[in-house]
Amino acid sequence: MSIPAASPPLAPAPRPTPAVEVLSAEKTYPNGTQALLPVDLTIEEGEFVTLLGPSGCGKSTLLKMVAGLLEPTDGRLHLWRKPVAQLDESGKKMAFVFQSPTLMPWASVQTNVRLPLDLAGVLRAEADARVTEALALVGLSKFANALPRALSGGMQMRVSIARGLVTQPDLLLMDEPFGALDEITRHKLDADLLDLWRKKKLTVIFVTHSIHEAVFLSSRVVMMAARPGRVVEEFRIDAPYPRTADFMVSPEFSRYAKLLQDSLLRASVDTEETVA
Amino acid sequence: MSTPFPSAPMASPVVTAHPAAAPRSAPAPVAAKPAAKATPKRPPLMAQPRVQRVVYPVLVGLVLIALWQGLVTAMELPPYLVPSPILMMKTLFTDWAALGGSLWVTVKITVLAFVVATVAGVLISFLFVQSKRIETALFPYAVLLQVTPIVAVAPLIIIWVKDPTASMVICAALVALFPIISNTTLGLRSVEPDLQSYFQLNRATRLQTLLRLRIPSALPYFFGGLRISSGLALIGAVVAEFVAGQGAGLAYQILQAGFQLNIPRMFAALLLISLTGVALFVLMAWLTRVALGGWHASETSHD
Repeated sequence: MSIPAASPPLAPAPRPTPAVEVLSAEKTYPNGTQALLPVDLTIEEGEFVTLLGPSGCGKSTLLKMVAGLLEPTDGRLHLWRKPVAQLDESGKKMAFVFQSPTLMPWASVQTNVRLPLDLAGVLRAEADARVTEALALVGLSKFANALPRALSGGMQMRVSIARGLVTQPDLLLMDEPFGALDEITRHKLDADLLDLWRKKKLTVIFVTHSIHEAVFLSSRVVMMAARPGRVVEEFRIDAPYPRTADFMVSPEFSRYAKLLQDSLLRASVDTEETVA
Repeated sequence: MSTPFPSAPMASPVVTAHPAAAPRSAPAPVAAKPAAKATPKRPPLMAQPRVQRVVYPVLVGLVLIALWQGLVTAMELPPYLVPSPILMMKTLFTDWAALGGSLWVTVKITVLAFVVATVAGVLISFLFVQSKRIETALFPYAVLLQVTPIVAVAPLIIIWVKDPTASMVICAALVALFPIISNTTLGLRSVEPDLQSYFQLNRATRLQTLLRLRIPSALPYFFGGLRISSGLALIGAVVAEFVAGQGAGLAYQILQAGFQLNIPRMFAALLLISLTGVALFVLMAWLTRVALGGWHASETSHD
């Protein structure tokens, strides 16, 4: 069931350009803390990859390095075979969704979603059309003129996702986006996210510490461990899409969850040994 | 428990099984009638916080004024010691020709100084946030400006600047400047880190970040600074006039009234200064509400 990352792709040659390549990237902070040991990771176009692990395992660090928000201390990161900073040259786009909605509280939902287009200098008429479309995708058309504080946490997160989608990205990076939401809202957003991923043919890297969320969403789970942060194992979740609520109560789901749970425990044991 | 009740509350065996449920359901319609009468669409006028916010302080004021009037009358205090509130109001009207003109002069100096302080303060803040080095180099001098008493500096300014209005505006602006600098600088730096990362990810230019992120984020702090500075500008204007010992503002009226032992007029002038301060404060509060009313927690959270 668990297949190493290096397993050959099902399709024969020619090999497509991988969306993300992490080449021995590592992060050490100036005070000597090792946030992340060297990581090698290749993500193909159209994959839904989850980075799963306990707090302090460097999953957010890895994601932020992919986004270009953090520089690796050593090693390289490529997006479509270009260094992260030169993503524009490949004609591809990336969007980042933060842990909190990170909306501008003074601006309407519409203005918030239009922000990346405004910053890129997209003409107003076209931008507005794309904002309308993005808001429709996340089911918030009625709230275009509302201020963020008038919305619930789940709806604010939807706005944040709409803002991510409005640029029509190829790569969507999500840093524990639904971590602060209640269970019911989270399930709903997880399901909606899967729909969007399939509809838009996105490549997604999703950070979470929820085993169930990881199994439900991912085509591949990268298990990470803490102190020092590192990648320990990878799992393919071969359950077919579309995945529904029925999948969550299937024996197959439980089997995957157990597998990840055991891996997480093993990783923790490793950590204790290295500490001792 | 709740589901069987609406369908058949009386016939349901659940009622007999739970004796507590029976008395509860029986008086319910009785209690519902007066409750429906007593709760119209709005709560009674005095229960509304908006009304309370006006009525309570006004009541306190009326009681204090009545007390003042009563004490003056009962103790037969002479007007050159403590004038009664009625006499003070009378003087305000009889001497309005002189007092009104002075009020205008003081208001003019205050507003000019406030505007100068706001513009200068904001420009200095923009300079400060350009680089940490500039701020480190210059901030001590802003503090120096703040801690040097204006009473001590005012004579110098009055000697150096020929035009009396200009010299007083400078004095008052110096007093009002610091809160604007410190608050606006703090505001321009208080940007949510993730939102800043978001702008960085989208390759926003410095100007875009300033206009779309830093300035809106700074507004709540900036308005806080305005509120403090508006009062300080008035204090500065009055102090400058006292130090100058000349001019035509309310402080001059107070000085003159003191020399002439015209205490009712002194009180009337004092009242005008206080009212000007209150008016400035109310204006700033209103401005803050207009600017931040929709979104900032300071304006949206009420009791």
